[in-house]
Amino acid sequence: MTDSALNAPARLERAPRARLWHDLSFWGLLPSRLLMGFALILPIFIIAAVSVATRGAYGGFTWDFNLAGYSQILFNEGWTGELEFTPQYLLIIGRTFLLAGATTLICLLFAVPVAYFISRQPANRKAILVYLVTLPFWVSMILRVYAWMIILGKDGTLPSLLEQFGFPAGMSFMFNDGATLTAMVYTAMPLMVLPVFASIEKLDGTLIEASHDLYGDRWVTLRRVILPLTAPGLVAGAILVFVPALGAVLEPTLMGGGKQMMMGSLIQLQFGGGRNWPFGAAIAMTLMALVMLFLIDTALRAARREARP
Amino acid sequence: MTHAKAIEVQSVSKHFGAYQALKSVSFHIASNEFFTMLGPSGCGKTTLLRMLAGFENPDTGSILLNGQEVVSIPPHKRRVNTVFQSYALFPHMTLEQNVAYGLENLGWEKGRIKNRVGEMLERVHMSAMATRKPTKLSGGQRQRIALARALAPEPEVLLLDEPLSALDLKLRQAMRDELRTLQRDTGITFVFVTHDQEEALDMSDRIAVLGGGEVQQIGTPTEIYEEPVNRFVADFVGETNFLDIEVLETLGGQATVRTPFGLDITVPAAGITAKGRATLSVRPEKINLGNQAQGITFEGRVTNKNYMGGYTHYTLDVAGTELRASRRNASREGDTIPLGATVPVGFVAGSARVLAV
Repeated sequence: MTDSALNAPARLERAPRARLWHDLSFWGLLPSRLLMGFALILPIFIIAAVSVATRGAYGGFTWDFNLAGYSQILFNEGWTGELEFTPQYLLIIGRTFLLAGATTLICLLFAVPVAYFISRQPANRKAILVYLVTLPFWVSMILRVYAWMIILGKDGTLPSLLEQFGFPAGMSFMFNDGATLTAMVYTAMPLMVLPVFASIEKLDGTLIEASHDLYGDRWVTLRRVILPLTAPGLVAGAILVFVPALGAVLEPTLMGGGKQMMMGSLIQLQFGGGRNWPFGAAIAMTLMALVMLFLIDTALRAARREARP
Repeated sequence: MTHAKAIEVQSVSKHFGAYQALKSVSFHIASNEFFTMLGPSGCGKTTLLRMLAGFENPDTGSILLNGQEVVSIPPHKRRVNTVFQSYALFPHMTLEQNVAYGLENLGWEKGRIKNRVGEMLERVHMSAMATRKPTKLSGGQRQRIALARALAPEPEVLLLDEPLSALDLKLRQAMRDELRTLQRDTGITFVFVTHDQEEALDMSDRIAVLGGGEVQQIGTPTEIYEEPVNRFVADFVGETNFLDIEVLETLGGQATVRTPFGLDITVPAAGITAKGRATLSVRPEKINLGNQAQGITFEGRVTNKNYMGGYTHYTLDVAGTELRASRRNASREGDTIPLGATVPVGFVAGSARVLAV
């Protein structure tokens, strides 16, 4: 009884303040809530709604529920309305994942030694090198992709150079998956180097020495000490590269010549020249679902790793 | 103790840029010895240890491990293990896995590894925590695991890089005894690096005092403390009084010298042959006061007193020269000399030592 009597005034005093704090945090965060709602969440709902709408006769769509957008991913509608399985879009989804996966792997292979090298430099040179890694971000991406067209294209830098060494004249490395991949790796590389660098930089050098001291050669040390301890950075880099690479538009359009499509360029085509918004939206939703599956899987693995004693 | 040489260091030198870390250093370490490299920071002791492990290579000279040249052999092929100053336990492995790491790399079979790991964890009293990870251990526990991990592969030599410096005082004392016991039990050659002279005196069979990239003196703890060969060693190991003296005459390892307070005395002076200016080193605990004054005696005035419990440190003025003396308080009434008193001061000639300037 004495206890509640003692606590009562305190509670009275605290209550209005708590409410004030609650109000403040509500109204204070309102602008960012509105921004998030309108700029991020609402568009996703719109796309989700469009994906189940009906295609208009002259582009656009009408609000009639229809799963044609989704069925079109797997089936072709014949003249008589029967559905015929067609793998063409599955192939595009497959090559999208293949190219994005290849981009991620190649970036990893290059970024690890680069990040390791930078982490071993003296502090002032380290700062300059990290700055140089981020430098491409300051130039428009479209310009950088055009620069690659100049390097790889007909009469470009690389073919001319090879010509000097007796290769046939007029070669071009453009308009194929290799060219697309080159540009994708190039644009994504800084996104891989930075997180990998951050985790290698944190790695305690004496752990590497301890591994060598305990009869571990370079390979054992890499596999059993360096990789497990830098794994979070590698995973972060892989996500940062893989997810945007799935939605790449510019590289397949410009470098791949637009004939070999990826999901990103396919979506763009459906909203543009194809005039099939429900189908474009259905592909976008499929892509998002696949990315979310990938991210959830990664998060679960990380959680399981943490949970181990 | 066998007298085989576990390690021979021959004319080893090392530069880091313009800085000369080691200037043609030579010494040897006997098998089964507890050998300590003692010196202030920057004396080259850690560089030497890293060379024994294989993390650094000497610019010139050679290093022999059990008679075999190892300079070109990488660390993972040397039968030498290190206890790192920061312990360097692998944070992503359990304690068991940490201890097993070296054994797995050596290709031991599973059952043998399991037995050895169990045995080592038992030895360092950490069996109960075998499946934990090192992140939540205390400093002393990490220390034990680092020791178990380094000793598990039965190395020919165990290197210890200031392993006690991160522990608190009480634990440090306990670990000293444990390290010493472990060395006696295993019979493995220990090479211990420290800047703490007390640790070095307490644990070592032999000590190498390093300073300025050179070996200043090698000897047993008693030799190092009682018979320092130069001013650097006398100053770095323990407390001492340095008196500016003039050597008048030398004869058979003894010298007659004139002290600044005008007394001519004959004291040990091994290696001193030149007459003229020199330094006399007398340790404070060798100087006796009051009715205990004996040997060479004179008078001094107490100018300062520091009561330390077991000891009292006195600062004395002897005809304008400052002398420090410490006196054990053998009874409650031990500390009876008042500040400002003029008392008899004395030391036995054999306990002082003449050093080059």
